[in-house]
Amino acid sequence: MSEEWMSRGYITLEELDGVHPLPGRERLMEGPVAIPECPQEIPCTPCREICPTGAITMERVNDPPRVDYSKCIGCSLCVQICPGLAFFMVHLKEGKARVTMPYEYLPLPRRGERVRLLDRKGEVVGEGVVVMVMTRERSRGDTAVLTVEMAEELAMVVRAVEVMGDE
Amino acid sequence: MRIERHPILTFRRGRRVKFFFNGREVEAREGETIAMALYAAGIRDLSKSQKFHRPRGLFCAIGKCSSCLLTVDGIPNVRTCIIPVKEGMRVEASEGNPRLADNVPPPKKFMEPETHRTDLLVIGGGPAGLQAAIHAADMGARVTVLDEAPMLGGQLVKQTHKFFGKRQLHAGVRGIKIAEMLIEEVRRRGIEIFSRTSAVGLFPSGEEKVVDAVEAERYLHRFTARAVLVATGAMERYLPFPGADLPGVYGAGAVQTLMNTYGILPGERVLIVGAGNVGLILAYQLMQAGVKVPAVVEALPRVGGYFVHAAKIRRQGVPILTRHTIVRAAGSGRVEQATVAELDERWSVIEGTEKTYDVDVVALSVGLRPSVELLQQAGCSMRFVRELAGLVPLRDRNMQTTVEGIYVAGDASGIEEATTAMLEGTIAGISAGFYLGHGDEKWQERLERARAELEEFRDGPIGREVKKGIERVLI
Repeated sequence: MSEEWMSRGYITLEELDGVHPLPGRERLMEGPVAIPECPQEIPCTPCREICPTGAITMERVNDPPRVDYSKCIGCSLCVQICPGLAFFMVHLKEGKARVTMPYEYLPLPRRGERVRLLDRKGEVVGEGVVVMVMTRERSRGDTAVLTVEMAEELAMVVRAVEVMGDE
Repeated sequence: MRIERHPILTFRRGRRVKFFFNGREVEAREGETIAMALYAAGIRDLSKSQKFHRPRGLFCAIGKCSSCLLTVDGIPNVRTCIIPVKEGMRVEASEGNPRLADNVPPPKKFMEPETHRTDLLVIGGGPAGLQAAIHAADMGARVTVLDEAPMLGGQLVKQTHKFFGKRQLHAGVRGIKIAEMLIEEVRRRGIEIFSRTSAVGLFPSGEEKVVDAVEAERYLHRFTARAVLVATGAMERYLPFPGADLPGVYGAGAVQTLMNTYGILPGERVLIVGAGNVGLILAYQLMQAGVKVPAVVEALPRVGGYFVHAAKIRRQGVPILTRHTIVRAAGSGRVEQATVAELDERWSVIEGTEKTYDVDVVALSVGLRPSVELLQQAGCSMRFVRELAGLVPLRDRNMQTTVEGIYVAGDASGIEEATTAMLEGTIAGISAGFYLGHGDEKWQERLERARAELEEFRDGPIGREVKKGIERVLI
């Protein structure tokens, strides 16, 4: 395994698909589905332990998680609990993409707020709208979670947002 | 500058107090240590070096180095990073080699130490020490805990990120929260605690061990115990480069202490050297506090920490420059700029690749080394083990060293992480409980369970390296 991502600090979509095949377009349209971006062996199991349907599996404590997309109900508990902030949820809906992600910065954007969209390298790739905000207090994992709506083609590209501030 | 709003932390600050630094009045908040309060007041230059009179700032901020030594109320060489401020305190930078002033009366308890007797003396109230104390106390042992810092919890008190592991071992819970839980458990058991107390000597004397300790750099205590656990943690490594001694070049842990323990802004822009877990987590924590991180540089061709910690800062726009190192820090009396450059296959700087950043802090996260001085001094057999990051004591599966009744756990036994420190502390605490004549089969099972959990946790790429190292020190 070359693990190129360890020299860059980010993983490409192709590499990610190689580690854990990504859900197809049809599945993304059915409803929100959890996608782990956790390619490395880490002694860590909260995602598996919290998953209410047993969709997340790992044989050994150190194995990267695997998601059975057919069992995932899109509850976002794994996104909330993941200590590595490495779980995301993606849903294609009415020609738009909705990406659910952890967010531990201030200020927490409000529902309806426009935010800058960032890819895995931190490059700005567009703008989106926050459609759901779960505060830290309401989260089961002590981490705030956002769902951001964006252009459909950005579904598998955007993995962070930046609040625009008063520019 | 103090941090007012933070996404994770709430800072409870004490009342305002005034003290004096080189005759100048400084306002602090009760609960802050001297060095932290000075930093919050914008004072980074604490003293001058003896020979060349170069400015000196803090470095480790947890009482392990000598960077912040000042004269406090006439007593020279006080580690100001761990001594809390008091109203009216007089703090002075001393020129040359400071001496105890003639008009300072010797403390009452100096010549005749206050004596204490206990079953298990735990030196170090971090994750390893506290878990050991809790378990030994539950078995029926009388336990006393010493710690140099004003508060218990060790380095957990600045870990704002959620921990890996299993949920029953606090995975998904932030380090700060784990510290609170452990401290609460210790309090509930009525375990005797001496904070701001540094153990300075460990003397095995037959069945008993004598530990001399200094409280608040002033009062002498002598503890006699049947068993001692050394859980003294680790110290940050330093990296020499031109300008490395300027105030503004700090250990990564010191930046965390300032920012997460005391809520003081370390700077506006921070360059991080070293992309191990400490460096990567620090970058994330700095962004959470609103501080800019222009880059994290790493001399190795790959990130040394976990990928997810790297991905978290990378997607927020922080470049991680592997095969890069810092070549110099510059500024007038404090860091104003830092220059980095790319390294070739032979670790030499590639000409023309230099990049200069305007930063006011350079945080070094270039590794830790175990704090083993007490073990060495007590006569425990030691060995240098690369995988454990330095000189460490030989030990058996119960974490007992070659000196009967002296145990070790946590980073002092080899650099790892807080989760493994807690498990090692559990093992050492239960083993010490047995050694003291407590415990039954149920405790034997508990011990086996902790061993199995530790084994399981170490079953990844990082843990496997650690296990290789442990094999070289197991007796």
